[in-house]
Amino acid sequence: MAIPLSHFLTLAAILFTLGVFGIFLNRKNVIIILMSIELILLSVNINFVAFSAHLNDLVGQVFTMFVLTVAAAEAAIGLAIVVVYFRNRGSIEVEDINLMRG
Amino acid sequence: MTIELALFYLLSAVTVGCAVMVIASRNPVHSVLFLILAFFNSAGLFLLLGAEFLAMILVVVYVGAVAVLFLFVVMMLDVNFRRLREGARLYWPIGALVGVILLAELILVTGGWAFAGGFQTAAPIPSDPSVTNTEALGRVLYTDYVYLFQIAGVILLVAIIGAIMLTLRPRGALRRQDIAQQVHRRPQDTVELRKVDTGAGV
Repeated sequence: MAIPLSHFLTLAAILFTLGVFGIFLNRKNVIIILMSIELILLSVNINFVAFSAHLNDLVGQVFTMFVLTVAAAEAAIGLAIVVVYFRNRGSIEVEDINLMRG
Repeated sequence: MTIELALFYLLSAVTVGCAVMVIASRNPVHSVLFLILAFFNSAGLFLLLGAEFLAMILVVVYVGAVAVLFLFVVMMLDVNFRRLREGARLYWPIGALVGVILLAELILVTGGWAFAGGFQTAAPIPSDPSVTNTEALGRVLYTDYVYLFQIAGVILLVAIIGAIMLTLRPRGALRRQDIAQQVHRRPQDTVELRKVDTGAGV
């Protein structure tokens, strides 16, 4: 392995932090929050694949595929909800989403 | 510095830069485009790690489907995105604080961390070097993880049905064929026979 594992772990940590920071930074925009979640899942995938390659164990890559599946489903459902919400209320601000008084 | 390491630094630098632009860009369309670039570079990183199949899946699924879906939604919604950015100045100090703390902790953990001597995973499935990554992955996925694979398919089916059910709206103007109504029509209800006088009209 020419590239040490810690390099990949650090990269994944930076991506994860950027995703969390993006949720804080764009507290009003649901679409950017969904994109930040995608970034977080991407960092998790990088971790999985890095460990998989480092340990010579394919299970990490199998799990990465399941993470990809769930991420795709989550993006589709989330964006559908955003579209329906925009159709009903004419806004996608997170602060307006208080119908359930949560 | 080997060429692999140089490639790693290049790809990861572009990925991190794109991730920054995803969350900092003013225009959400630019955000989506930077997200696509970040996924492309991550696919390159996966190639460096020897996970070719996942790299291609990342390009096909994320760039081809998810990112385009984001792009469609961003372009379809007529939202004043400048108004959505208003609170950013308010939120960024606490976000940066949380981010710096999180990053420092993560790097402390991952940087000064090593496998214990004699470490071994519980049930490793080593990749066979004589077959390609795709074939090795398929052999594992369709045998040991076939149930999880089926469940993943069910999850996608639920996502399809959910997305369609959420966004489908009945259109009042559409006139659909109602077969039950057609079958139940009786001549007495619809046909009327009248005696018309000659020259008088109906």
